[in-house]
Amino acid sequence: MNMGNIVKNGIVRENPVFIQFLGMCPVLAVTGTATNGLGMGLATTAVLLGSNTVIALMKNFIPSKIRIPSFIVVIATFVTMIGMVMNAYLPDLFNALGIFIPLIVVNCLILGRAESFASKKPTGASMVDGISMGLGFTLALVVLGAVRELIGSGSIFGLELLGEAYPAMGIMVQPPGAFLALGLLTALFNVVILKRIK
Amino acid sequence: MLDLSVSSLFAILVSAILVNNFVLSRFLGICPFLGVSKQVETAFGMGMAVTFVMSLASIITFVVQNYILDPLGLQYMQTIMFILVIASLVQFVEMVIQKTSPALYQSLGVFLPLITTNCAVLGLTILNIQENYNIVETIVHAIGAAVGFSLAIVLFAAIREKLEIANVPQPFKGFPIALLTAGLMSLAFLGFSGLV
Repeated sequence: MNMGNIVKNGIVRENPVFIQFLGMCPVLAVTGTATNGLGMGLATTAVLLGSNTVIALMKNFIPSKIRIPSFIVVIATFVTMIGMVMNAYLPDLFNALGIFIPLIVVNCLILGRAESFASKKPTGASMVDGISMGLGFTLALVVLGAVRELIGSGSIFGLELLGEAYPAMGIMVQPPGAFLALGLLTALFNVVILKRIK
Repeated sequence: MLDLSVSSLFAILVSAILVNNFVLSRFLGICPFLGVSKQVETAFGMGMAVTFVMSLASIITFVVQNYILDPLGLQYMQTIMFILVIASLVQFVEMVIQKTSPALYQSLGVFLPLITTNCAVLGLTILNIQENYNIVETIVHAIGAAVGFSLAIVLFAAIREKLEIANVPQPFKGFPIALLTAGLMSLAFLGFSGLV
C-alpha cells in the first residue's frame, strides 16, 4: 500500500467520524467552538502518532495474549504526556477540554488503529496512518465545531461573523445541538457520497 | 469526619441521573449508547453490567487515589493507574461471574469486554476525584451515574425498536437518524436543568 493511499483513507475514504463513527464522545462533547474542536483533534493526532509509532516498533515483542492491555498502557502514557504539555503551555485550552483529555485513553479510534494497523504494518506506514487518521478526526471536529459555533453564537474561531442582529440559536452550542448537528452533517455526507457512487 | 447529610447525597444522586445525565448531557459512554441499543433486552443487560463495574471501580479508584497516589505524590499517574484498575477489574469480574453464576454470565458476559473502553467508567472515576467526593458520596455518585446511563440506553433502545419499522429517508438511514433521536432525547433532558 503506498503512502498516498494511507493518507486518503485516513482523511476521506475511512474518515474516523463520518464513516467509521469512532471516538464519538469527544466529537460530541468538545465541539461547542471550532477552537476546542481543533485543540482536541490535534491532541488526539499527537497521541495517535506516538502510540502507532511505539506499537509498530514493539509489535514483535508483545505476546498476542496480552496485547490489548499493553496497547492501553502505551496509549495512556502518551495521553499523560500530552496532558502535561497542554497544562503547561495551553492552560486555557486544557481547562476548556477538561476531563476529555484523560479520556483520550479510551477513544476507540486510537486502540482501533493500534489493533488493526500498527500491530501488523511497518513503522513508517504506521506513522503516516497515525497522522492521517488524526487529521481526518481533526477535520471532522473542526467542521462540526465551526457549524455549531456559527449557528449557536454567530462566530467561527471566536471571530464575530454574523453581527449583532443575528439571533443566536443557543441550543446548538448546548448538548442537544451536538447530536442534531452531527446527525445532519452525517446525512449530508451520505448524500454527497451516494451521488458520487451513482 | 464524613459529611453524610441526606439532602446533599440526594442532590448528587438526582443530578447524576437527570440533570447531568452521563450520556445525554456529559457525552460519556456514547459508543455503547449508540452501538448496543437496538433491542431493549440487550440494552438492559449492558446497563446492569455497567452498573456493576461502575460501583466497584469507583470504590477501588477512591482507595488507590487516596491511599497510594496522594501520599506518594504520584497524581500524574492517575490516568494510567485508573485505566489499569478498570481493565483488570473487568477481567476479574468476568472470571468470577463465569465460575460462580453461568446464568448471569450468559446474560452479561458479552458486554463485559466492551466496558473497559467505555469512557463513562473512566470518566466517572476521574470526576469523583475532581469533585473531591468522600467515599459515601463517591458510591452515591456511581449509582446515580449508572442509573442515568441505564435509563438513557433503555429508553433509547425502546425508541429504536420502533424506528426499525419506520420509513426513513435514504441518507438518514442508520446512524444519522439515531443521532437526531438522541438529540431530541437530550433536548427533553435539558428540561431537568435547574432541578438541583
